[in-house]
Amino acid sequence: MKSIVMGSLRLGLVLMALCGVLYNAAVTGIAGAILPKQAEGSLIYDTKGRIVGSELIGQNFTDPQWFHGRISSIEYNGAGSGTPNYSPSNPDLLARVQQSIQDWRTNNPEVPVDRLPLDLITNSGSGLDPQISPAGAKAQIPRIRSLTGIPAEQLEKLVEEFTLPRQLGIFGEPGVHVLKLNLALQKLVQQ
Amino acid sequence: MMAWISIGIMLLLVALLARPTGMYVYKAFNGEQTRLDKWFGPLERVIYRLGGISPKQQTWKTYAASVVISNGMMTLLVYLVFRLQAYLPLNPSGIANMEPRLAFNTAISFMANTNLQHYSGESGLSYLAQMIAIVFMMFVSPATALAVVIAMMRGLAGKPLGNFFVDLTRSITRILLPIAFVSALVFVALGVPQTLEPTAVAQTLQGGEQSIARGPMASFLAIKELGNNGGGFMGANSAHPFENPGALSNMLQMLLMLLITTSLPFVYGKMVGNAKQGRVLFVSMAVLFIVMLSTSLTAEYSGNPALNALGADSGQGSMEGKETRLGVAQTALYSVVTTASETGAVNGMHDSLTPIGGMVPLVNMMLNTVFGGVGAGFMNVLLYAMVAVFLSGLMVGRTPEFLGKKLEGKEMMLIAVTLLVHPVLILVPSAIALFVYPETVSNPGFHGLTQVLYEFTSAAANNGSGFEGLGDNTPFWNISTGLVMYLGRYISVITLLAVVGSLAAKRKVPETTGTFRTDTGLFAVVFLGTALIVGALTFFPSLVLGPIAEQLTLKP
Repeated sequence: MKSIVMGSLRLGLVLMALCGVLYNAAVTGIAGAILPKQAEGSLIYDTKGRIVGSELIGQNFTDPQWFHGRISSIEYNGAGSGTPNYSPSNPDLLARVQQSIQDWRTNNPEVPVDRLPLDLITNSGSGLDPQISPAGAKAQIPRIRSLTGIPAEQLEKLVEEFTLPRQLGIFGEPGVHVLKLNLALQKLVQQ
Repeated sequence: MMAWISIGIMLLLVALLARPTGMYVYKAFNGEQTRLDKWFGPLERVIYRLGGISPKQQTWKTYAASVVISNGMMTLLVYLVFRLQAYLPLNPSGIANMEPRLAFNTAISFMANTNLQHYSGESGLSYLAQMIAIVFMMFVSPATALAVVIAMMRGLAGKPLGNFFVDLTRSITRILLPIAFVSALVFVALGVPQTLEPTAVAQTLQGGEQSIARGPMASFLAIKELGNNGGGFMGANSAHPFENPGALSNMLQMLLMLLITTSLPFVYGKMVGNAKQGRVLFVSMAVLFIVMLSTSLTAEYSGNPALNALGADSGQGSMEGKETRLGVAQTALYSVVTTASETGAVNGMHDSLTPIGGMVPLVNMMLNTVFGGVGAGFMNVLLYAMVAVFLSGLMVGRTPEFLGKKLEGKEMMLIAVTLLVHPVLILVPSAIALFVYPETVSNPGFHGLTQVLYEFTSAAANNGSGFEGLGDNTPFWNISTGLVMYLGRYISVITLLAVVGSLAAKRKVPETTGTFRTDTGLFAVVFLGTALIVGALTFFPSLVLGPIAEQLTLKP
């Protein structure tokens, strides 16, 4: 029995070194050497070298002249992640969605509610979803056209440019990258 | 349409990989000299020497004692890391030491392959703790279960059980480590970060600041899925875009979750010298899996009637708690895979699934036989197979035989105890929690019951996913689920090793025309019936009061 206890402790430490230290160090070293961009978090830098976001992490857009992402109870603060975990029967969920629909009517008078897809008015699982559905982006075009004066055709082209297809054409769903779309929109507005 | 094709491709890949993986696992544990000894032998010999291991045969009692003691010592090591992480290096974001009851829960949770997380990774653990405590456990915990189930197969096949420490080491060196290493690098290529740099700070377009937590995530993610661990580096688990950047990383995660566990029926068939024995079990479980998946997909695509009635375009299905890049189909599929394989990773919030979509994972964990986690799942499958043989024996009035050994009073008593432990560990604590501690439930109505039921089912089945709205980082939840996870893991290891030990000591009875064969389609039906009847009778009332009642009351 004593040999099992001592053997367990020693083997535990050896395996901790192998799986906890060596394995992690090897992956970190190789990843940093051959895939440095992904390894550090696919960060996006501006021309001055400042970090403006990550290709994978959504950003909070509340002003009406931007394309908006999905609802995030954590307001896209990437220090954490998550949702309020509403159940389908929770009255707070119903109230929040009703409020979103009312806000939509106020801010997008030209677009009827039946063209508003559910992803725009539901909380993503991570609270950091970088994408919205193509229909969700297109439904916002009339609002952005009237606020920025950029013609609708140009905005539609922009949305198409930043629509990511299904991976390998088969897997997942197509989505529009909101941060990249807004970065491009900002350039257009500045011109 | 594309969604169905993608699901079909994924299931086809799983089916194609199962048998070859099984043959590899069989070779890895086979006592004979193979080429694998040449590759892995030197590393293993170093580990044995440093660990002071002498690779001699063990009896079932010594084997079981080695499991419980070694896992206990490792839990202790990890507990110390959690309690002292603030004083240890590699803590660039300045994380504090973990509080004792939470550390107790977390250490057991990861040792027991559950990965219930009552902390949030971004703010609760230093990089060092994520690596030397969590990742370490994510290797040794599935390796332990794999070792045990291999020993059981050896025993049932009439061979000596082997040595736990050798099997544990081989599980890691020959199976988990090589596959995890390659997968980790693929995950980085797909966008998963792997860095020791602290949280990044971005200047946002709207003129604010955004913190972006990151870390050594890819190495973590690979073993999280491969070992059916399921604990997330980040709080949102695989819904987090860093932990699951797209549909391809999502697919790879599901393949890894199912890889080892679907291969075990084939290992079993090879070990007992009759491939059909394993194939029958594989097909039975695949049938259950397909039924679960169809139910879940139908429920999630139909969506939430209360929200659909508000007039927005609800063609996408239920999107609350889901990610756009993955969509409804990949999230429903993932929820079935993660609970069938008892992994517990989530790529969308299970609390926000439609009631029936949320019931499917719950039922998977209650049955605990739809493949199940690495090793532990197949132990349950063997358990149900023996119950099925016993019931058939009763019906025709013969002493039941399993693989040529008579199942008698002693074995059946151990089996009955094992069978009863699971519902007792779920239903009794759920009743207590609802009675004395209802204030931690976050969603009102019938769903509140489901939240509590889900938490204990997940703990007892060593799954680890949760209806995460539950306010579970409290002394009550930390201690109660800690105990449930521990008992859910180790009772069945001990009792089933005892069954195998007892069977191994018996003389083999020759097969006659009267023997009930366990390698036929008829047995598959009896096996499925047993799993469903035992599971349904035990849990159906609680399902009616929880998810089914919620679904019926969701009015447009």
